[in-house]
Amino acid sequence: MIAELGHYALMLALGIALIQGTMPIIGTRTNDPLLMNMAPAAALAQFACVALAFLALAECYVASDFSVLNVYENSNTTMPLIYRLTSVWGNHEGSMMLWVSILAFFGALVALFGGNLPLTLRANALAVQAWIAAAFELFILATSNPFLRIANAPFEGRDLNPILQDPGLAFHPPMLYLGYVGFSIAFSFAIAALLEGRIDAAWARWVRPWVLVAWICLTLGIAGGSYWSYYELGWGGFWFWDPVENASLMPWLAGTALLHSAVVMEKREALKVWTILLAILAFSLSLMGTFLVRSGVLTSVHAFATDPRRGVFILAILVVFIGGALSLYAWRAPLLKQGGLFAPISREGALVFNNLFLVTACATVLIGTLYPLALESLNGDKISVGPPFFNSTFGPLFIPLMIAMPFGPLMGWKRGDLLGAAQRLLAAAVLAAVAVAAAFAITRGGPALAPFGVGVAVFVMAGAVTDIVERTMILRLPPRTALMRAVGLPRSAWGTAFAHFGIGVTLLGIVAVTAWGSERIAEVKQGGSLTIAHYRLTFDGILNRAGSNYQDVVGHFTVRRGDELVGVMEPSRRTFPDRDMATTEAALMTRGVSQIYISIGDPNKDGSIPVRLYFKPQVLLIWLGAGFMFFGGALSLSDRRLRIGAPRPAKAKQPKAQAALQPAE
Amino acid sequence: MTRKQRRLVLIGGSLGVLAIAVALMLNAFRDSIVFFNSPSDVLENHVGPGTRIRLGGLVKTGSLVRGDSLRIRFEVTDGKSEIPVTYDGVVPDLFREGQGVVAEGELNGSGTFVADTILAKHDATYMPKEVVDALKKSGHWKDEYEQRAALPASGATR
Repeated sequence: MIAELGHYALMLALGIALIQGTMPIIGTRTNDPLLMNMAPAAALAQFACVALAFLALAECYVASDFSVLNVYENSNTTMPLIYRLTSVWGNHEGSMMLWVSILAFFGALVALFGGNLPLTLRANALAVQAWIAAAFELFILATSNPFLRIANAPFEGRDLNPILQDPGLAFHPPMLYLGYVGFSIAFSFAIAALLEGRIDAAWARWVRPWVLVAWICLTLGIAGGSYWSYYELGWGGFWFWDPVENASLMPWLAGTALLHSAVVMEKREALKVWTILLAILAFSLSLMGTFLVRSGVLTSVHAFATDPRRGVFILAILVVFIGGALSLYAWRAPLLKQGGLFAPISREGALVFNNLFLVTACATVLIGTLYPLALESLNGDKISVGPPFFNSTFGPLFIPLMIAMPFGPLMGWKRGDLLGAAQRLLAAAVLAAVAVAAAFAITRGGPALAPFGVGVAVFVMAGAVTDIVERTMILRLPPRTALMRAVGLPRSAWGTAFAHFGIGVTLLGIVAVTAWGSERIAEVKQGGSLTIAHYRLTFDGILNRAGSNYQDVVGHFTVRRGDELVGVMEPSRRTFPDRDMATTEAALMTRGVSQIYISIGDPNKDGSIPVRLYFKPQVLLIWLGAGFMFFGGALSLSDRRLRIGAPRPAKAKQPKAQAALQPAE
Repeated sequence: MTRKQRRLVLIGGSLGVLAIAVALMLNAFRDSIVFFNSPSDVLENHVGPGTRIRLGGLVKTGSLVRGDSLRIRFEVTDGKSEIPVTYDGVVPDLFREGQGVVAEGELNGSGTFVADTILAKHDATYMPKEVVDALKKSGHWKDEYEQRAALPASGATR
């Protein structure tokens, strides 16, 4: 009964989405406010229906209703409640439900907070949002319905894929989807602006918070996924350049570019056409990511058995939306008037530099990800493009970006002073040089370029600090006045500094762990020991433990540094009888921001076990940096400029249109 | 600077960055592309020792031997031909006899494939697409695989 209710609610949502996608547009053409005002009401109603469908599916999981095929295949009564809940989106059908729910949620937010948007813009944007929703609701109903029943209900479910039975599943997919789908708002507004053929700074001011929300969530989602695969898969890697990872990185790169170009548009009314294109690209890449993950066209660690009909359906959605959006762009973009002029050396120029490099880096990732697919369909050769490709293209493109990053915030709008900025960054550069020298002196081994990587990271971090020091004038004014200035600084300025600082922190972690991490793979007998970095691990023996739906074979290791006892590590092999599968549960020990990482294989008959032991120096900085980026984004989001009305444009030629242009929130 | 000059600087700069990116990519494509081969492909195309490839097929039942200090030997088969493989290290969770496998590495002088990477998969019912195609090509695709592959996806969400 609950499942049928959910199924019905989903069909109802599709119907409402179709109305929401057509009526308001007709309204904008016939200038009928009644039809235009249907959009927010329909968006809220659609969200209510989709939410009901999602809750119905969740209830089927919580109640372990195995007469529902989807629940039978992915759940089990012995699983703890939290995993029964998260397994709602631990499978294809359910995760598409989550996708659509988040889409409808964002639509409802626009409807709620869009009260002071121009009527036509709101109507058009919500209509575009509804087209996307309708396409995906149809996709779920036609090819991946989670509410299908089994005639004879089994007593017990097949259990969730063991690798997904982890707290990471509760956090990572929803965050990632909030990011992916969040870009749909920028996309809808871009299409709405193109439909109207008019765009201005207020548009950017209104769209930027949504881009920021999506970017924050995507940053957390990617970082969370990276940490999850780091500790769960047992290979100790944090990024594999896997097609599915690239699928999430590409929207992030395009979104980061969009975030920066929207600033130029908001402040200076320049780069309008480019910003619209980025808004379209960011969401197009999100859609493509969904296609790559869901269709299984690429071999990936995330790939699963899939139904080819689904791939074709998503491909059709992809072609219609991306093709349609880009055609509309080609047709309408020339209508948009170009705004403010600027010299190449200026804040705008720096942001263009940023965009250029981010988009180019994004393009290399795109080509590396899709090239195997293209080659196979052209001449049937099956190839794989591995990490070396990305390291030797993405890396060199990112380095100039990193070096240029501290200069951007120090330059003035319109016309900047490169020499002045360089002088102010002198301290940061000296610090970076010291860091390079120190890295050469302290470390042994590793690539010769690694100390320079450390230097770049330190330069980025020190540059972010320099920005704040310059703005508060803490070195020139008495501390009290400087403190007042610091408090008075816009939160978005603090946000920029924190996010840029975070990039440096992450870079430092990546450089340190790839250059100076160490690895040992060996077999140890009981009582034997292994050494890595400054630590000695002694294998004390094997224990057996039972969990709710699994059996653990635990290896007990004692960790010593010199003669001092540091602690105990217990990696295990976890067997799930319901699926006849085993997973590796690595053990991690944090020392400062470095980690010791150990995972074990199946014990041999003589009692010895195969062991993978890693020392990961400064590895936690990678995710700590992402934390800084998140915090910076959140600070920027809370800037009052984005909440309270920014100065209205003076009453001029178009009083009717401009008076209503106010950002909400 | 005039508007025209500014635009020229911008366009010139963009083209410069694009040119660098294309050069980097072409260079990387030359060095870091790995071709996928089934055991029959390897024998038919005479893949030489030292060429880095991906070898895919099924782990032949009964061929897995564990040697000293984490060395394993097994044979990869597509039903028509077999290639012996050695690998030093801990194999992924889902590695077992009769299952699909993709190994990356190179052939040594005596025709043994020395793998340095065994690709891990998330799901017991999943079979790499390349392996499915290779098995179909050699006529050894069995319906039981189809059934396994046709089980609805117990997908990951990443």
